[in-house]
Amino acid sequence: MNAHKLSQRVAVALLGGATLLTLAAVAFVIFFVLEKGLSQVNLEFLLSKPRDMGKEGGIFPAIAGTLFLSLLAIAAALPLGVGTAVYLAEYTRENGFTRALRFGTDCLAGIPSIIFGLFGYIFFVTTLRMGWSLLAGALTLAIMVLPTIIRSSEEAIRSVPESWREVSLSVGATRWETVRKVVLPSALPGIVTGVMLSFGRSIGETAAVIFTAGSSFRMPRGVFDSVRTMAVHFYILAREGISTEKAYGTAAVLVMSVLAVNVLTYWLMHRFIARRAR
Amino acid sequence: MSGPPSPGRGLGSAKVEVKGLRVSFGREEALRGVSIDVAANRILGVIGPAGSAKTTFLRALDRMNELKIGCRTEGSVLLDGEDIYLPTCDPVALRKRVGMVFAMPMPLPMSVYDNVAYGPRLRQGREPSPKAKVDLDELVETSLKAAFLWDEVKDRLGGSGLMLSGGQQQRLCLARTLAMRPELILLDEPCSGLDPISTARIEEALSILKERYTIVLVTNNTKQASRVADETAFFLMGELIETGPTARIFLNPSDRRTEDYVTGRFG
Repeated sequence: MNAHKLSQRVAVALLGGATLLTLAAVAFVIFFVLEKGLSQVNLEFLLSKPRDMGKEGGIFPAIAGTLFLSLLAIAAALPLGVGTAVYLAEYTRENGFTRALRFGTDCLAGIPSIIFGLFGYIFFVTTLRMGWSLLAGALTLAIMVLPTIIRSSEEAIRSVPESWREVSLSVGATRWETVRKVVLPSALPGIVTGVMLSFGRSIGETAAVIFTAGSSFRMPRGVFDSVRTMAVHFYILAREGISTEKAYGTAAVLVMSVLAVNVLTYWLMHRFIARRAR
Repeated sequence: MSGPPSPGRGLGSAKVEVKGLRVSFGREEALRGVSIDVAANRILGVIGPAGSAKTTFLRALDRMNELKIGCRTEGSVLLDGEDIYLPTCDPVALRKRVGMVFAMPMPLPMSVYDNVAYGPRLRQGREPSPKAKVDLDELVETSLKAAFLWDEVKDRLGGSGLMLSGGQQQRLCLARTLAMRPELILLDEPCSGLDPISTARIEEALSILKERYTIVLVTNNTKQASRVADETAFFLMGELIETGPTARIFLNPSDRRTEDYVTGRFG
């Protein structure tokens, strides 16, 4: 066998091996969590309140808290992020300012989430006197996921063919009409992907949330009530040694939620693309 | 279709007067001082080899050049006697009066109906009245008929414009332009990617459309210019070499370079 054929085979083997290893790691984590936790998960666990600090009962307030917090975070981050992306891609030409902005968002993406938690605690919880609350947690998460939304939206907007914009402008549409009627509808799949990734990340986030949304496991009645997310609930149960079984049960629900969000994203996107290509 | 004939101007008077038009991109001067009139209700064919700034000339007539970075325009373009490069002229309003069909068939990613209705809807409010909807249906139908496409798409107006064939797509783009009821139609090599039958359909449409519209047709195909254009202008390296009635340009050109080009010696 000659040398370049050999190197080809080695490359394929290494690349294939890397892929396999990645898949195996993901599968192992999911299997491990489900195997340990699934026995705890039943309707009662999902729908009832925790009793005795979480040693008994279910996690319903944590599920609700996670959902409210993530939805509120996306609701805050979506208009800001997409707006910024539209501005960057459609209304500015590449210059020092846009490069600085892009560099800034990239840096923001690399910051560990506990730093966001600390910032949220100092700014939203203390300075703005929101207290440990749904609102403070959601705003902190929003800042954390903004870079993802901006970047994925900008990429999606830039991949819309320039000629479509030209056509729209040539029949007398304004920039804004062009953005609204042609660019955004075409960029939607990419934007949705970024949003769903951010949603998934918000669901699983712990460090940024524990300092800002607190850890009350009562049902929240408004945005200024403290909530406990599933991730925080898991952390407290495990850390304080309250109940390993219930902790794994929570983890199983959490993992399944994140998986469900991802599957839903792909399903929505395929449906959307299929509908447009009709 | 009730396309507006230019008010107070008879057949043959100038719809567009171009004076000393220069367009440059960055340091590169593309169009080097062109002056030419386009007569109302006529087809002006613009011919010339690749790189002779035919498209830049065309795009100067509805201020599309300025969408590109570093573009500078000098000179004047009068549409019905008014300079479209004055600061008081709104390019968005101008482009509603001047329609453009691009070289590549470029339907928008929406249904056939929505493609044609795209321009007219820009003028409607958010909640169009029932009458406006009926009018729009009518406008879509007449526009598609004028572009010789109606019979082929009347049963699938709701289907995506992207699913049509290339020739159909280009006629859809023509219909989209016609639906705006423009005064001036600019066509940038509209048949460059089309088969002879689709090309013939488009040419047929143009020769009928000139009764209502003024048309500027840029083409790489000299035969096409000789078939459909009333006047022909020959561009070379950003300059207008010669213009005149099509028959004269093809049979008895006064410039040697024109003769060489139309007889196929270069280009």
